[in-house]
Amino acid sequence: MLQYIIRRLLWSVVMLLLISMIVFVIFFVLAGGGREVAVRMSGKNPSPRNIENTIERLGLDQPIYVQFGKYVWNALQGDLGRDYHNGLPVTSQVLSHLPATASLAIGASIVWLMIGIPIGVISALKRRSLMDRGAMLFALMGVSLPTFWLGLMVVFLFDFRLNWYVVGEYERLTVDPVLWFRALWLPWLVLAVTQAAFYTRMVRGNMLEVQGEDYIRTARAKGLRERSVIRHALRSALTPVVTMYGLDVGILMGGAIITEAIFNIPGIGTLTVSAINAANFPVIMGTTLVASFAVIAANLLVDIVYASLDPRVTYS
Amino acid sequence: MTGELLLEVKDLHVHFPTPDGVVKAVDGLSFKVHRGETFGIVGESGSGKSVTNLTALGLIDRDAAEVSGEVLFMGHDLLKMSNEELRKVRGKDLSMIFQDPFSCLHPFYRVGDQIAEAIQCHADLSKDKVKARVIEMLDAVGIPNPTERARDYPHQYSGGMRQRAMIAMALVHNPSLVIADEPTTALDVTVQAQILELIDNIKRDFNIGVILITHDLGVVADVAQSVMVMYAGRAAELGSRDQVFNQPLHPYTWGLLESMPHIEQKGSRLVPIEGSPPSLIHRPSGCPFHPRCPHRFEPCDKQIPENIDRGGGHPDACHLSIEDKKKIWSEREQRRSRVSA
Repeated sequence: MLQYIIRRLLWSVVMLLLISMIVFVIFFVLAGGGREVAVRMSGKNPSPRNIENTIERLGLDQPIYVQFGKYVWNALQGDLGRDYHNGLPVTSQVLSHLPATASLAIGASIVWLMIGIPIGVISALKRRSLMDRGAMLFALMGVSLPTFWLGLMVVFLFDFRLNWYVVGEYERLTVDPVLWFRALWLPWLVLAVTQAAFYTRMVRGNMLEVQGEDYIRTARAKGLRERSVIRHALRSALTPVVTMYGLDVGILMGGAIITEAIFNIPGIGTLTVSAINAANFPVIMGTTLVASFAVIAANLLVDIVYASLDPRVTYS
Repeated sequence: MTGELLLEVKDLHVHFPTPDGVVKAVDGLSFKVHRGETFGIVGESGSGKSVTNLTALGLIDRDAAEVSGEVLFMGHDLLKMSNEELRKVRGKDLSMIFQDPFSCLHPFYRVGDQIAEAIQCHADLSKDKVKARVIEMLDAVGIPNPTERARDYPHQYSGGMRQRAMIAMALVHNPSLVIADEPTTALDVTVQAQILELIDNIKRDFNIGVILITHDLGVVADVAQSVMVMYAGRAAELGSRDQVFNQPLHPYTWGLLESMPHIEQKGSRLVPIEGSPPSLIHRPSGCPFHPRCPHRFEPCDKQIPENIDRGGGHPDACHLSIEDKKKIWSEREQRRSRVSA
């Protein structure tokens, strides 16, 4: 088990290295090489002397692999470089935007589980009932409604019409929990609707499939109460949900760009968008690496948890 | 031989309406099973043998099926019971062993826990007693090191061991009747023999009735006392093992017996039954077997033969007279022994 985790962690490092290499190369090509980077790093209307200084200071005249090596070396020590525009360390910027994204992702994920799983289960148990058809309609709508449209509509309704919500009030949980919650409940719902729809369909499908399994018939044949039979079915039907959940949250940790933008939440998504708009490459690199790390970590976590849920899976 | 009457099925019909028409899976079936006997039900796939028993146990979707007739288990009609009443019978007085032990145990729960559940859902026992009973039962069905193996998951068991565990699960409450639905089909031949022997021993030791559903006449010949041959949802023939194997009355049974390999008839060709089983939606008119029957005559495609006992407690459903049957069978037997000689 420990051996397995260590091996997976080493692989994660290799993955991150590969990703950062790709991003680094793209970054250099897009930025137009070392001189262009130096121009951007030297403030407004830099003099040639300023630019030369910057090139020398940052070693931008060195071969790309040397620069990459330096970047990786610094990254390993927690230094992701400096913002082109305000000169602040990228690491601290990413870290300061992470709590908002984490709040959004984890909160929304709890909401969608609370919606998706019960509806999916009931839908499967009461197949072809009015409830089931209603749930499937919800699922179809949820999957079909684009977040940007739904988000704008609810902002229009709850902020402009009903005054139940104010966009852009976000404050950290540790600073002001009330404001934190007031700013997040609506984006949680918006983000959760699409996901809940997917989860509803997945849980319903799994449940229907599992109910046809021979071991469910065995459970009935031995005289178990229907609730225990359902428990047996849930155990099988929900296990794959764990995998999906872990990966979805991992992906969201890289920033829910549209939702963050609509609700003006200062998360990784917002940071990435503004960095892209300003061609602020060190920040783009930083957020990309954080997003990759989140996905890789989620994958690892999911595999470890899954193996503990399904006795047939062994660590090897 | 015949002990207490355990199960009496009277004129059972199980029809499934589908968009393509009504599937008549079971169409007028009657039989009795007594304590202490192994009642073999033989037939090919789709002949209705499994549906009959799943219906009895309420394990088919009751809303999807049209069921009529009576299934009296120790005097009570299982078909009239509520789901909760049926649940109290299932696994307690009437339990079932299924075909595929690989898929019949829940892969995520320990074998011992699954058997423990079967105990707890009908009896309020302390944890220690339940555990002791689990180990006792695993031991009784021949699982080595039952204390340790109870903690294993199904995938750590071999096929034969899983079937043994299924049998242990079926026996925890000393049921009166055990229905074994193709219990050996998914197993290796050597393991098959062990499992059959186990079922036979259990029947004797626990003095219970066993319904053994199979498509394998050899299995029935080994362990059953009574045999019912099913064809297209109906009983073609019903009698003691000796009657069915030595004086078979139905052309379908003749075909089955002739298509069975005999070790002493080395070199002779097996005789298959021509044609294929009928559609259960668009049944042949008259006798369902007539399109495949080499002895069909004038009434066979018009009139459905009644299941008649012409004496000797050996009813069959065929228009041929008893004299003709005896003549044809002895001719067929002679032909067969000539070929093999």
